[in-house]
Amino acid sequence: MIPSVEPEIRKEVGEELRIPVHMRRKNAPKLPELSEPQVIRHFLRLSQETFGVDSGIHIHGTCTMKYNPKINEAIARSARAADTHPLQSEETVQGTLEVMFQLKRWLCQISGMDDFSLQPRGGAHAVFTNALMIRAYHNSNREGDQRSEVITTIHSHPCNGASAALAGFKVITLYPDQDTGCPDLEALKAAVSKHTAALMITDPYDTGVFDSAIDEYVKIIHEAGGLVSVDQANANSLLGKLRIGDIGADLCHFNLHKTFSAPHGSTGPGSAPVGVKAHLARFLPVPTVEFDGSKYYLDYNRPESIGKVGQFFGVVPNILKAYTWIMSMGEEGLREVSEIAVLNNNYLIKKLGGVKGVTLPWAEKQPVRLQEARFSLGKLKEETGIGVNDVNHRIIDFGIQDSETSHEPWFIPEPLTPEPPESTSMEDIETFVQTIDTVCKEAYSNPEIVRTAPHRASIAKMDLTPSSDPSKWAMTWRAYVRKNHHSETV
Amino acid sequence: MLNELGLNNIEQLFEVIPERLRFKGSMGLPAKATPEFEVKRRVEAILAKNKSPSELRSFVGGGCWQHWIPAACDEINARSEFLTAYAGDAYTDLGRYQAIFEFQSMIGELVDMDAVMFPLYDWPTASGDAVRMAVTITGRKEVLYPKSLSPERLAIMKSLSGTIANFRPVEYDPVTGQINLNNLRHNISDRTAAVYLENPNYLGPLESEAEEVGRIAHDHGALFVVGTEPISLGVITPPGAYGADIVTGEGQPLGLHPYYGGALLGFLAFRDEEEYANATGHRLITITKTEQEGQWGFTQILPERTMYVARDKSLTLTGTTTVLWAITAATYLSLLGPEGIKELATTIMQKARYAMMKLSEIQGIKTPVFQSSHFEEFTVNFDATKKPADKVNKFLLERGIQGGKTLHNEFPELGNTGLFCVTEVHTKADIDDLVQGIKETVAS
Repeated sequence: MIPSVEPEIRKEVGEELRIPVHMRRKNAPKLPELSEPQVIRHFLRLSQETFGVDSGIHIHGTCTMKYNPKINEAIARSARAADTHPLQSEETVQGTLEVMFQLKRWLCQISGMDDFSLQPRGGAHAVFTNALMIRAYHNSNREGDQRSEVITTIHSHPCNGASAALAGFKVITLYPDQDTGCPDLEALKAAVSKHTAALMITDPYDTGVFDSAIDEYVKIIHEAGGLVSVDQANANSLLGKLRIGDIGADLCHFNLHKTFSAPHGSTGPGSAPVGVKAHLARFLPVPTVEFDGSKYYLDYNRPESIGKVGQFFGVVPNILKAYTWIMSMGEEGLREVSEIAVLNNNYLIKKLGGVKGVTLPWAEKQPVRLQEARFSLGKLKEETGIGVNDVNHRIIDFGIQDSETSHEPWFIPEPLTPEPPESTSMEDIETFVQTIDTVCKEAYSNPEIVRTAPHRASIAKMDLTPSSDPSKWAMTWRAYVRKNHHSETV
Repeated sequence: MLNELGLNNIEQLFEVIPERLRFKGSMGLPAKATPEFEVKRRVEAILAKNKSPSELRSFVGGGCWQHWIPAACDEINARSEFLTAYAGDAYTDLGRYQAIFEFQSMIGELVDMDAVMFPLYDWPTASGDAVRMAVTITGRKEVLYPKSLSPERLAIMKSLSGTIANFRPVEYDPVTGQINLNNLRHNISDRTAAVYLENPNYLGPLESEAEEVGRIAHDHGALFVVGTEPISLGVITPPGAYGADIVTGEGQPLGLHPYYGGALLGFLAFRDEEEYANATGHRLITITKTEQEGQWGFTQILPERTMYVARDKSLTLTGTTTVLWAITAATYLSLLGPEGIKELATTIMQKARYAMMKLSEIQGIKTPVFQSSHFEEFTVNFDATKKPADKVNKFLLERGIQGGKTLHNEFPELGNTGLFCVTEVHTKADIDDLVQGIKETVAS
């Protein structure tokens, strides 16, 4: 497997490595000692014990688990894409640079923003990048010290609050009112002050509610001298329907591994370009990808840039996949994506609404949801003692991937958040709903079977004590062996 | 479906977005869908503008390295289950968790540490998070690093942790290229949270006094954080054996294509202590048992630390990171085994050594600039040839050779110097061609 050293080289340099004796490794790492067929069989088996989008019904919410077209893979895996080095001369990598530049342009057109950076590696990384740009903007206005607060909402993805805090801001979290699932406008006004650096929210929310006061928020925040950053992780319902830049957002991001069909890769690599309006473009991470009319190039000459947030330029395989997908779909296709996704979701809402024990919060004022809906199994829990985690474990027995509940805190009791993107068939939606219905009925008639689920998963109920016990947890096999005086080998 | 919803058309669903906010125009994208056949032709035509590896032999490293990628690695990371899975727990995704655990276990073996984090974006973001951990653990703010550190990596570390940490440089020795211990002793104090040292360092030298650096850090109550390249650990003492408290590094060499810098894999290992686990907001995965004898499961450690629960109180971000690459790295290390990684590291060092020997025979060329051991990267100084490194690279490019990274912007004190990289993929003929090319350039 490893290329050999030619005898001439050996002769020339000698056998002994030039490493001081005390820096030579004494004990070999205990890596597996297997043949290639054994390695393949092992990892193939592990893949078979993994439930992807391609495996079955997989409509885990807030994640947009859409089908990842195989043509994307075929293109991204070509040697001309994969075997290029980030420091090779720009003239030898014009193809990749062209794709990056074009994707940036398309994302501008899709979002109504003026410029994009493809550097961030995941949604949270992108939102953090936006928080850094917000700081840089206020610093450049000599208001950096004064603008110390970021406002978010409880139903925005928690990376918004977390990113703001890590970028040094104090975070104010707004809660929704009783009826609409959106914060009260007065509450926002009360939170805004000369200290406001930005509003950082997700719209539509992870509850599927579209916050239609977004333009009012923009107005209030802008009047107070703040910026608005809108997390577009849930943009699968908005393609060609709403452009957040047109509404006045100053910053946003997309997840190419959600909306734009790049696969989730078992939790990454992701890719999450950040978009800004023209007045913030000077703060984008370096380098940006530019075109001078004849060649594509990397522009490092941006003195006000926040600098770098990750090494090199972005997750190129995912960038290629998103580019391929947009080209495949075209503008009409993208609109249709959002239409089918929203239709799917509302069909699911209608069907799941009929299941005993399941309710949809704010249903009266917010009957229509966009990409997903956050249901409550609070009634089921009250009446049967069976909660959403039990139900989630039980649906696995029916061959369905568990569903998103909610990030913490569980503002909605016993939350369940399925999201059926455009690639979900009507049959899959109906099977999902029927399964939830079956499990909820079991909760009333035979709760024990739900409480003790899963029964047909790869493994039986796990011992969760290592989760919080340092004497028991083991992140590596060597730690396990040490803590348990275990004699097994890997 | 529309009938079921009592609707006439889909547009009615979008009325939830007020009319004033709706986008009515054209986005200006290609209007129609493009058939798969045509898409492939078009994108391939664009990518054909890249030089293929057979058209360009490359000797550049600098944070992303060319290695032989075993076909088995591409086979496993193309498995559709791994490719399209995301966030299920071990009941549905047992294999995904086991592969992550195996990755963590193998990294733990390589660096000689017991605790390894869920995979991260890349080396510098991992190092930035390590700084955050050190600040939290020590309650101090200052981080010392040698000036030989890659400016790009330093910038990223500052982005990640600059709001809570102050970075302060320490001189490196101009002769050895290694950290200047006296200057370290001069700068370290009871304000120091961590000493960050990369080994081998960015300019190539092996930091042979690493153990002493750790001792100095510990004597002042600071943590010793070591960044490393994993294949080198096949032959070089692992950081855990010379006192590191936290170890970070780049996993891209472990079976990942360079992808124009787009397939990076950060790793972070740390002392297996509660204080360390509590100092990070990243996912941590533990092995556990199940109700059935002989079965293994995997679950999260202290999930309340993560942003998913702690929100704005979490100490670092987590989220979608790089698991597919970690699975690939686990496959790669399983293929190599303990002997394989030693053999690979040996091969690399011998070939790099050969390149340095041959290049230094060229009149006016000094390589390596520093009198230290080198792994795969080394500096080549062109000062005495009066030929700028950029010009040399331009000439080499005409011969289908990509030269090293020029360092005059990042390290002006090194004059006219390039950072070159030789690994197992370079044959003697490749190296001889590079030497010949440089020889002719400097003679012209």
